[in-house]
Amino acid sequence: MILAAVGSIGVTHYLLVGGLMFTAGVVCMAVKRNALGVLMGIELVLNGANINFVAFGSSYLAGEGRSPLGLDGEVMALFVILLAAAEAAVALAITLNFYNNHGTVDVDRADDLRG
Amino acid sequence: MEIATLLPLLLGLAWLIPLASFVAILFFGTRMGPHGKSAANVATAAIASSLVLSVVALGVWLGHHPPSAASHGDHGDGHAARSDSMVRLTAFRADSSAPPAAASGHDEAEHHEDHQDEDHHDSGAHGDAHPHEGEHAAVAPVAYAGDWYTLYSGGALRLTIGWYIDSITVLMFVVVTLIATCIHVYAAGYMHDELHPVTDAEVQLTSGGPFSREGRFHRFFQALSLFCFSMLGIVIAGNLAMVFVFWELVGICSWFLIGFYFERHSASTAANKAFIVNRVGDFGMLIGLMALWGGLGTLHFGSSVDPATGDPQPGLFELVRPTAHGYQQEVPDGLVAFAAAADVAGLASGQSDQQAVRREVAAAVPGWREAGYGRWLLFIAGVGIFCGCVGKSAQVPLFVWLPDAMEGPTPVSALVHSATMVAAGVYLVGRFYPVLTPDVLLVIAYVGGITLFIAATIAVTANDIKRVLAYSTVSQLGYMMLALGVGGWVAGLFHLVTHAFFKSLLFLCSGSVIHACHTNDMRKMGGLLKVMPYTAWTMLIGCLAIIGAGVPFVIGLSGYYSKDAILAQALLYARLNPAHGILYLAVAGGAFITAFYMFRLWFMTFAGSPRDHHIAEHAHESPRVMTMPLVVLAVFAVIAGWGLPSGFGVAGLLEQSRPAGTATTVSTDVILGAISLPAEHDSHAEDIHVTATLTAFATAAAGVLLAALMYLRPLVSPAVVARLAGPAYTFLVNRWYVDELYHILFVMPTLRLARLISGIDRRLIDGLINGIAWAARQIAGIDAWFDRTVVDGLVNAAGRVTWNTGIEMRRLQTGRLRQYVMFIVVGTVAIFVLATLLFRTSLAG
Repeated sequence: MILAAVGSIGVTHYLLVGGLMFTAGVVCMAVKRNALGVLMGIELVLNGANINFVAFGSSYLAGEGRSPLGLDGEVMALFVILLAAAEAAVALAITLNFYNNHGTVDVDRADDLRG
Repeated sequence: MEIATLLPLLLGLAWLIPLASFVAILFFGTRMGPHGKSAANVATAAIASSLVLSVVALGVWLGHHPPSAASHGDHGDGHAARSDSMVRLTAFRADSSAPPAAASGHDEAEHHEDHQDEDHHDSGAHGDAHPHEGEHAAVAPVAYAGDWYTLYSGGALRLTIGWYIDSITVLMFVVVTLIATCIHVYAAGYMHDELHPVTDAEVQLTSGGPFSREGRFHRFFQALSLFCFSMLGIVIAGNLAMVFVFWELVGICSWFLIGFYFERHSASTAANKAFIVNRVGDFGMLIGLMALWGGLGTLHFGSSVDPATGDPQPGLFELVRPTAHGYQQEVPDGLVAFAAAADVAGLASGQSDQQAVRREVAAAVPGWREAGYGRWLLFIAGVGIFCGCVGKSAQVPLFVWLPDAMEGPTPVSALVHSATMVAAGVYLVGRFYPVLTPDVLLVIAYVGGITLFIAATIAVTANDIKRVLAYSTVSQLGYMMLALGVGGWVAGLFHLVTHAFFKSLLFLCSGSVIHACHTNDMRKMGGLLKVMPYTAWTMLIGCLAIIGAGVPFVIGLSGYYSKDAILAQALLYARLNPAHGILYLAVAGGAFITAFYMFRLWFMTFAGSPRDHHIAEHAHESPRVMTMPLVVLAVFAVIAGWGLPSGFGVAGLLEQSRPAGTATTVSTDVILGAISLPAEHDSHAEDIHVTATLTAFATAAAGVLLAALMYLRPLVSPAVVARLAGPAYTFLVNRWYVDELYHILFVMPTLRLARLISGIDRRLIDGLINGIAWAARQIAGIDAWFDRTVVDGLVNAAGRVTWNTGIEMRRLQTGRLRQYVMFIVVGTVAIFVLATLLFRTSLAG
C-alpha cells in the first residue's frame, strides 16, 4: 500500500525501516530484564539512527543537488558505529562486573543507586 | 661684692639649702645610716648652714646700714603729705556732706577738709601741720628687689621667682633659721622612738591587736626641711604670687607634719581640718590677689624694670604710696580706672583712637579718684589678703585648726605651729602694710582683739599642756595682729620675733615634760621641778618672757619690750579714737589672763607635790641633745628684746624698714567711719609710755599672783572657783562651743548637702541610667525575638523546604533501569508532541 503510494523506493522507505528499528530497540530496552537484551536494544536504536543518516546522506536516494549533506551522512554513520563498538565494550565490562557481584544480569536487581 | 648682689646670693643660698636637704632625704633617706638616723644630721647641717649664711647676711646688712639712734627716720616729714592724703581719702565724704559753699569748687572743698581734719586731729600729739610748710623729702626704707627667674611673661602678667630684701627679711631669716636649728637638734633626740619599729597604742585596729609600723625618722626630717624651705620662701618672696605659692607649700608641710602619726584618727582628722580651714582663708587671699592684679597688673612688691622692654615697672608699694605723693596712700590709677570700668567704656565708645582714649582716661582719673572710685577695691584687696593671714595665723574665726594641730609631734608644734608658720600671716600683714588702708587695719585690729581675748579665756581652762600653749599662741598672734592694726608696725613685728623665741622655748619645754611623763595632762603632773631642773627653769624663763616680766623702766625679758610697745600703741589708738577704746581693754585684759594661765601651767606642772606618783617616779630629765636647745632659746628669750642706745637691736633693725609714710599720724573718714591711725613714735611719749608700762606690770603681776593663790598655795580652790563660775566655766571648758558651732553651721549642712546630692545621684541619676539600661534590655529582647522568629524562621523554612523537596525528589531515583528508559522515551515523545503543538508554525516555516 505504501509502495503503491510512493511508486518507487525512496528516502521515506528507509526512514520507515529506520523508525521501526528504533522503535523495536526502544521497546527492547524497556521490556528486557536481561542486561544483554538491553544492550541489543541499544544496538538496534543506534543502527536505526544509522539508517536514517545513510538515507539522508545518499545522493542516490535524495537526488543530485537536493542532498544538503553530501557524504556527511555516511561519515556520521561510521562515527556512530565506532561509538557503538566502544560503548558495547564498556557496557559488556559493566555487565560482567555486575554479574560477578550479584550473580545475575537482571537489570531490575541493579538498583544500588536508588535514591 | 656689691651688697645688692651679695644679699640675694647669701639669702638665696640659705633659702635653697633646706630644699637640697629635702631632696636628698627624699631619695636617699632610708640609706642614711641605720634606720635613716643620719637624715637628722643632713637636715640639721642644712639648716645650720642656712643659719650661718643668714647671720653673715645680717652682718653685711648692718655693715652697710648701721641702725641709727634716732631711728624714727622719717617722722615729721610727712605732715604736709598727710594733709594732702587726708584730702584725697576723705574727698568723697566732703563732696556728699560738705556745706553748699564748699561744693562750689574743689579748691575750697580741699581747704575746708584740711581745716576740719586738723581740728579733728588736734586731740593727738600734732595738729599744727600745714600743707604749705615743712616740705621735707620723705625717705623710703632701703630694700633690694629683683628677680632670679621669670616663670612666665606675657601681656601684663609677669610671674617671677624674685626677692625683696629689707631688714625684716634679713631678721626673719636669722630668727627662722636659728629657731629651726635648735628644733632640729632637739627633734633628733625627741624623735628617737621613730628609729625602731613603733607600736602605736593610740591606734585602734579593728582586729583589736596592737598596731605596729616601721619607724619614720627620716621622713620627719624630710618634711621639716621642706617646711624650712617653704617658710624662707615666703620671707624672701619678691611678689605676692610667689608668696602665695610658698604659702600653700607651708600649708602642705603643716599637713604632713600634723598628720605625722596619720594612723591615729585624731591626727589625720586634725591634719585635714588644718588644711581645709586654711583653704577658706586662702580663698579670700586669692580674691585679694585678683583685685590687685586686675587693677594694677603687677604683684611685685618693689619697683623693677621689665627685662624685655626696659620699661620701669612700679611695684605695689610705689603704686599705692607714690614717691611723688610723699609716700602717702592714694588709690592707684589702675584701681581707679578698674573700678570705673563703666565710665571708661563710656569714654571709649565711639572713638577709634586708642591713644586718645587713654589720654582722656588718664585725665579723668583724678576726678574719679575724688569721687571715690577704687577705694572699695583697695579695701577688698587688703581684707582679702588679710583673710589668708587669718587662716594661716589662726585668727578668729579660723583659729579652730591650731589647737587640733597639737596632734603632731612636739617639735613640729614648736617650729611650725608657734614660731614660724603661724607667724607667716603676721609677717605678710607686716610686709603688705603699705598697701593696707586704715579701714583694713581697723578690721585687722578688731579681729586680733577678739582672737586674743577668746583664745586667752579658753587657755585658762585647758588641761592639756600643749593645748594651753596652743591657745596661748593664738592669743599672742591676736596681739600681733592688733598691734599692726592700731598702727604699731614695729610693735607687732617685734612681738613676732620675741614670741617666736619664747614660744618655741615653751613648746620644747612642754615636749621635754611630755617626753618624761608620757602624758599631756597637767592634772597628772606636778612636782617635776626637782626631777627636771633644766626644763623647769628654762620654762620659767619662757613664762616670764611671755607675760612680759621685767623691772619697769629698767630692764626686762624680751616680752617686756614687745608687749609694752603693743600696749602703748593700743593706748594711744584708744585715746585718738575713743570709739575703739575696747581694743586697749582687750590688750590689758589679755595680758592679765596670759599671766594667769601661763603660771597656772608652770605651777601645775613643776611646783607642789606630784599628783601621780607613778608618773613622777618614772620622770627623768631629758638628754643633753634636748636640753641644750632649751638653754640656747632661753638665752634668746631673755635678750631678744634688748637694744643698745645706738639702735642696735631687733626694734632698731625693724625701724629701718618701717614702710615709708607710716611714721605719721593719718586720719581718714572713709568706709568704717572716722579713724585716726597714730604714728608709732608718738607712743613713746612720756604719759602713754608710763601708763602702758605700769598697766602691763600690774596686770601681769595680778595674773601671776592669782595663779599662785590658786595653784601654788591653794588658798583658793580651783574647783570652788569652777563651781562658782558655773555656766561660764562650762562655756570655757567647751572652748566657747566654737567647734560645735562650726559643726552645726558648716560641717552638718555640708554633710546634709552631700547626703542629699548622693541621694540625687543614687535615685535620679542612677535611676535614669538604670532606666535607660532597662529600656535597652527590653528593646534588645524584642530584637532577639524578631531575630529568632522572623529571620531565623525564614532561613529555617528555606532549609526545610529544600530538605523536603529533596526527600520527595529522591523517590524519583528508583534505580530501575527500565523505568528510566520509559521516562526517557515518554519524555522525549512528550517534548516532541509539545514542541509540535506549540511551535508548529516555526517548524513548518
